[in-house]
Amino acid sequence: MNAKSTPSSDAPVLEVTNLVKHFSVSGSKGIRKTRATVHAVSDVSFTVGAGQTVGLVGESGSGKTTVGRSVLRLTEPTSGSIKFKGQEIVGMKRGDLRKMRREMQIVFQDPQASLDPRLTVGSAVSEPLRIQRVPGKHSERVAELLELVGLAPDHARRFPHEFSGGQRQRIGIARALALNPSLIVLDEPVSALDVSIQGAVVNLLDDLQDRLGISYLFIAHDLSVVRHISDVMAVMYLGKLMEVGPAETIYTQPSHPYTQALLSAVPEPDPTTERTRQRILLQGDVPSPINPPSGCRFRTRCPIAKDLCAMEEPALIDRGAGHPVACHFPTTNLAEIVGAAAV
Amino acid sequence: MPSWIQVSEMTDPLLCLKDFAVSFRTPNGDVQAVRGVDISVAAGEMVGIVGESGSGKSVTFLGVLGLLPKSARITGSATVEGLELVGASNRTMRTVRGKKIAMIFQDPLSALNPVYRVGYQVAEMIQAHQQVSKSEALTRSVELLDIVGIPQPKVRARQYPHEFSGGMRQRVMIAMAIANDPEVLIADEPTTALDVTVQAQILEVVQRIQREMNKAVVMITHDLGVIARVADRVQVMYAGRVVERASVNDLFAAPTHPYTVGLLNSLPRVGQERLQPIPGRPPNMLRPPQGCAFRARCPHAAPVCAEKLPELQPHANSMTACVRINEIDVAEMSGITA
Repeated sequence: MNAKSTPSSDAPVLEVTNLVKHFSVSGSKGIRKTRATVHAVSDVSFTVGAGQTVGLVGESGSGKTTVGRSVLRLTEPTSGSIKFKGQEIVGMKRGDLRKMRREMQIVFQDPQASLDPRLTVGSAVSEPLRIQRVPGKHSERVAELLELVGLAPDHARRFPHEFSGGQRQRIGIARALALNPSLIVLDEPVSALDVSIQGAVVNLLDDLQDRLGISYLFIAHDLSVVRHISDVMAVMYLGKLMEVGPAETIYTQPSHPYTQALLSAVPEPDPTTERTRQRILLQGDVPSPINPPSGCRFRTRCPIAKDLCAMEEPALIDRGAGHPVACHFPTTNLAEIVGAAAV
Repeated sequence: MPSWIQVSEMTDPLLCLKDFAVSFRTPNGDVQAVRGVDISVAAGEMVGIVGESGSGKSVTFLGVLGLLPKSARITGSATVEGLELVGASNRTMRTVRGKKIAMIFQDPLSALNPVYRVGYQVAEMIQAHQQVSKSEALTRSVELLDIVGIPQPKVRARQYPHEFSGGMRQRVMIAMAIANDPEVLIADEPTTALDVTVQAQILEVVQRIQREMNKAVVMITHDLGVIARVADRVQVMYAGRVVERASVNDLFAAPTHPYTVGLLNSLPRVGQERLQPIPGRPPNMLRPPQGCAFRARCPHAAPVCAEKLPELQPHANSMTACVRINEIDVAEMSGITA
């Protein structure tokens, strides 16, 4: 695995504590208007160290993107605290926040949608410099940035449609790097790309981290890519963190039933293991975040749920696995307990 | 299983493509999306078609069913149970679609009509091909929803698509696809829009139907993990051609074409310091390169590769379209066997 040295234990770059985000939605019941609250993120806490990569994984609707956007205050958190380099950014004034944003950037999933088709690559990459009124010659910085992400300096004069998906994502990364940030939120940066291209972008992100010491919050649903790039992995389900720990441990010895089911559902590119391994097939779908289950949010689909799970919400604490797990009954061999059938 | 579903027992190829090609007229010239593929599918087998975006995997089968826009020009041959589909009349095609060959699409929400009840939509499929009364068709549609694992099928049949989750909608699509007991099922990226835990459920349904009803299934996907899980035989497509054909075990244990090797090497593996992507990008199909389309990205390319379009030829247990296959050591470049 990635023999990355875990960075020095200085103060974390990002410290998220008890983050909550509710969205209010309106619907209708017959002719009556109704109001409901979507519990997108409920009480999420984690830290990202300097030069560290934290992988945030979960299925659609788990709230992982909302966490990423809240961290940059692109959506306003309902409550909780987000400290960036020790400074509280929840409730920070606009002017101060703008200064803060120099140091934290985001790369979006779809490079097609996140680049303005009418801006040349050069003006897209230099836009953050203009917004932040950085003095000096921007064209030189753009050339430097394009080279940094493996494009040619003369690409600055071209338009996004002249580039392939992988190249466009490199442009998005160059733009995020323009202000020398110390944290980049990567929201599914490779999932829109073909397999044979993904690796090049992941390698680029790895190199940039080594050279510039940037911290990453890497949001993805592709577990094998997350495992490759992350130091720490955090698993989300229905707005809650289920398990947080070193990526390798989470991958090889997951102790939350959801993590195990998730990992066992990922198809491995190997017919022999695919056809012999024990698989935990979860029943049903993710419940609605408008009305999440009482107690443990995973209990409605959990094969080992007991009465306690409905009554009391399990805290995210170390229960003997060496890393925090939000489950009353953590186990590392769920497949054997439930006697999962080899498909 | 209801009595009206017949388990077919044929083993000859049901669906047979020969030199099948599709090109699209565009203002910039002809885009050669599919450039001569031979694919055969027999009853009871799951054939995996794997390739990246633009490789022609979906276009091939949309072309077979006559679902491409008018700008598409189709040549070659595609037969189902001996019936030629290329150039067939709309009338003939209507008897084929749904009855002999049915398709499951990637996005079930856009494939379902939002203003009709789900049970009605399944019943509509049945009535399109069979002389049955409306109530009989509705009864059958409830049975179909039950077969694909929808709980409380009677209640669910009276609901609308928006009341279904993504996974449940895909089950409805499968129910519609098997409504007229077709010989061949074409699943075009059926799990790509779904979460992994739901994907596992859908793959299980497709596999169960294939086995229990002895259907021929074509599984089109870009996900090598899905191929490894469900396919019996695999066709690897690149730039509109089949570049490798092998049993699923041979493909993963001993890939022969440099593109297949590159694709397998691109996947993250345990203990790997650096990922190994394939350099470059796929060719522009407006002007496909002379000779092998993969040569610009291939570590083994030589002048001979530019001479002519490589045909599939036997190598070890597989068929591979590489003219240098006997000169290069594929095992050496695949870190997989090591």
